[in-house]
Amino acid sequence: MAGLSLDLIALQLFAGLALGAIYVLFAIGLSLIFGMLTVVNFAHGAFYMVGAYVGVYILGLGGNFWICLIAVPLVVGLFGLVVERFLIRPLYGRGIDYPLLLTFGLSYVMVELIRILFGKTGYPFDTPEILQGAVDIGVGYFPLYRLFVIGATAFVLLALWLFLEKTSFGLIIRAGARDPQIVRVLGVDVGRVWLIVFGLGTAIAGFAGLLAAPLQGVIPEMGSTILAEAFVVTVVGGMGSIGGAVLAGLLVGVVVSMTSLFAPEMAKVSIFALMAVVLIVRPQGFFGRAGLMS
Amino acid sequence: MSKNIAKSGSISRRRLLATVSAGAALAASPFRINLLQAEEATIKIGFPVPLTGPYGTEAQDQVRAAQLAIAQFNDAGGLDGRKAELLVRDDKLNPGEAATRTLELVEKEKVNFVVGSLSAAVQLAINNVTKERGIVFNSISQSDAINEAADFSKYTFHEALNPHLTSGAVGRYAFPKFGKKVAFLTADYAYGHEMVRGFLEAGKAFGIENLGDFRHPLGTTDFSTLLPRIQALKPDILCISNFGRDQQIALKQATDFGVKKTTQIIAPLLSHASRVAAGPQAFEGVIGGCSFYWGLEDKFASTKAFNDAFRKMYDGKLPSDYGALGYGGIRTVLAAVKNAGSVDTDKVITALEALKYDFYKGPEYYRKCDHQSVQSVLVIKSKSKDMRNESDVFEIISTDEPNEANLRSCEELGHKS
Amino acid sequence: MNEITRSCPQTQAVPVSWLQFATRHRASLASLAVLVFPLVMPFTALAANILIYGLYALGFNLVYGYLGLLSFGHAALFGTGAYFCGIAIAHFGLPWFAAIPLGILGGLLMAALIGVLAIRTRGIYFAMVTMALAQCVYYLFYQAVDWTGGENGLRGINVHVIDIFGVRLDFINPLTRYYVIAAFVIAAFFVLSRILASPFGAVIEAVRENETRARASGYDVTRTRLITFVLSGGFCGLAGALQALHLSIVPIEILYYDTSGEVVMIALLGGMGTFFGPMVGAAAFLLLENLVSLWTVHWQLVVGAIFMICVLFFPAGIWGTLISRGKP
Repeated sequence: MAGLSLDLIALQLFAGLALGAIYVLFAIGLSLIFGMLTVVNFAHGAFYMVGAYVGVYILGLGGNFWICLIAVPLVVGLFGLVVERFLIRPLYGRGIDYPLLLTFGLSYVMVELIRILFGKTGYPFDTPEILQGAVDIGVGYFPLYRLFVIGATAFVLLALWLFLEKTSFGLIIRAGARDPQIVRVLGVDVGRVWLIVFGLGTAIAGFAGLLAAPLQGVIPEMGSTILAEAFVVTVVGGMGSIGGAVLAGLLVGVVVSMTSLFAPEMAKVSIFALMAVVLIVRPQGFFGRAGLMS
Repeated sequence: MSKNIAKSGSISRRRLLATVSAGAALAASPFRINLLQAEEATIKIGFPVPLTGPYGTEAQDQVRAAQLAIAQFNDAGGLDGRKAELLVRDDKLNPGEAATRTLELVEKEKVNFVVGSLSAAVQLAINNVTKERGIVFNSISQSDAINEAADFSKYTFHEALNPHLTSGAVGRYAFPKFGKKVAFLTADYAYGHEMVRGFLEAGKAFGIENLGDFRHPLGTTDFSTLLPRIQALKPDILCISNFGRDQQIALKQATDFGVKKTTQIIAPLLSHASRVAAGPQAFEGVIGGCSFYWGLEDKFASTKAFNDAFRKMYDGKLPSDYGALGYGGIRTVLAAVKNAGSVDTDKVITALEALKYDFYKGPEYYRKCDHQSVQSVLVIKSKSKDMRNESDVFEIISTDEPNEANLRSCEELGHKS
Repeated sequence: MNEITRSCPQTQAVPVSWLQFATRHRASLASLAVLVFPLVMPFTALAANILIYGLYALGFNLVYGYLGLLSFGHAALFGTGAYFCGIAIAHFGLPWFAAIPLGILGGLLMAALIGVLAIRTRGIYFAMVTMALAQCVYYLFYQAVDWTGGENGLRGINVHVIDIFGVRLDFINPLTRYYVIAAFVIAAFFVLSRILASPFGAVIEAVRENETRARASGYDVTRTRLITFVLSGGFCGLAGALQALHLSIVPIEILYYDTSGEVVMIALLGGMGTFFGPMVGAAAFLLLENLVSLWTVHWQLVVGAIFMICVLFFPAGIWGTLISRGKP
């Protein structure tokens, strides 16, 4: 415990926020998809991973990071649309487990396809030049890129909020999350709504994967670890709640960051234990709807 | 309703007794299904490696090099005409799967020997299966535990380096050069701890100051919570003891955080595949160890011969560190077979113990008490300029010569003399 | 003979469909299949693995197929059984006939622990809680290096001879080992069949079909769920113990969530809520994995694709689809 100063703790906090930002992006997509479609997307990690690889591909074609920021969510979202339309839609009404199981199998397929196309070992992903280096944030030096990640996440959250609050489509989504039956009765083509929500959720996941790439490099397996951790976030925040996903994502990031400070071996256990406790004490999470189940 | 249940229940009871006794009788009888009655002429060597999974590239290298060794043996006439055969199996880097594959190789294929593995857990699993059945196993990946008395058996051999030797070698090079204040960033599992132990052991002779051992769980993708703390201690040297992806990410993020500006980073093991996957930026300036680098051909004729044969067989490709281990593991076993003049296990064991060889990297031999191969450790540094060819990613800056004193002593490992 | 009997035709023997016959003698038939199994498998160790995973899936099926609760944490039950049995032999030198019951006990205890914490949640949440708790168990066993070997796994589960009332069986012999494992699996078949045919078995299905009605009929739904989960733990624990003996090691991966995912796939592939389904699923899954691995390193693609096809078009699984075809 050498040299634990307030500065260090503050630095750890920032690191936790940056870590949490990725969790937030990932979990928002999961939460959106569950809230609207009642589908637990076990392939969400695979979409995240595909986002990173699409970035690799675009860079390989000669593009730059900024193009990736726009192209990656579009490509991944498009792929998400296809998946929803042809693989998940046939399963609605069959019981809450079937889409879950399908996405579970899909993740295996997606990961293996990426291995075939890009190889097993993975790729290095350099931080874009302009974002390299560290800045003095008062309590110490903090990598510039991580600040960018926090900023990009905030931007996406803002855009999402505007979309949900200020557009009529957003209104439909919010209504649908609250009561799917009524929305259908009111004549809305729910199928189309679900299609777009799934595409949106996966697009954000792909974007998160791209953001994560300079931090950890790119390998086919990168989606599976974050999936388990993101489930924690989604459940703690409340399935179907965006606000909950944000809060829980940041909380989990900070918890992991702080536990590494005091007891690194327990860092991984801590988030699962947190999830178990929340589920027992308040099963719907922070902001989830009570009684939300099959 | 209840009547039916009672009825089927009573039939079941009778059936139960019948089936169980039938089963027991079958099990006790000498009833065997042995489709292969004929005695196998070829010398079969089982080769379980993780063809699927993150180390598939290294595994394929091992297979290629192993096949070269087999081919060389056969071309030289084999054992009085008896040829050798390599039976490659995919263990998926999973110890349970490796155990199943080994069972298949031993029970169904009736292999004479087993060589292989690419992880500590897997080799220990394979070893447990082979030693119970009296089959020689030559392990070709790192592990400290396999030398210890609990896992060891007379059938167990270890061609690869072990963490203690590797980290010690790098420590012996780096500590006198870069300073006394040493911090450790370690993966929190057996391998990581073994590396640190090796560093500390070597460091005693140089009076290093241990600033702290910062442990991270396996599979960590974010070191941002640990690196600032390490930097705050202002170490001269940072030892990063982890492997594969963990290492790639750690080096990458350490670079991002500017650690290299003030601290020399050393790692016990730098592998070719990791260097390629992580890229030159992350590895720049990092010093580490390895068992083999093709660049040794300037020093040893055996390396040159190995490289040339490999290039010939595989279209100009050069062997990697893991590949060389695959070659060495197979070649020593076959050499022992040749020397013993038979595939009889005990004779081969004696021959292996007596073997003094230089097949690909200079002189080596197996220590008697734990069958650990006593060999050199290369200290290397990443290279990104003046590369002779696409494989020229490292330069050898020093060699830790083969010396039994650098290994843990037999007594320490629990072997009774 | 009076009027009543004259008006009744001679009672013919009611033709029993093969399906009804199979259901009534399901345990015996399964046992028969198990006995001839190694003859048709590529190698005996694989046949033993299929039995073990089949038993694991049987336990899982009790909770998912019959009770309707999707658990993503069953690896914890399987793994705890394996470790208890393994530790008993490797660390305490206990004989096999003490170690196996300890494995079963391990499964029961872990199931009780997880069950008590998880049983109040339902649906998706149950899947998430079980997954989270199972991951906790994984990390805890991982850290307990002195007992479990941690990342290196538990080695030294070396049983050479099984001594039953003076009969010495060579456990190293593959076929002998198989039949010893088979004996336990067969016993499990009969126990499971008994449970399902019992009044309790009917309550389990009632709870799955309509929870509210079951509760209205006076059944304690929570208690039923918990007991079923614990029973499931017993079967999975036995499977784990047998795995430990078969491979002579317990890898830490046995507790990882992939192992939980595998049993879900196996159960779905075979057919949930059916008696033979889990065994069929285990055979299909492991054989597929084994065969596909021989052609290509991309076996995960094939297995994943087949799994998706099953979910989309054959949700009843292989066996489920077969018997629904067989229904008159």
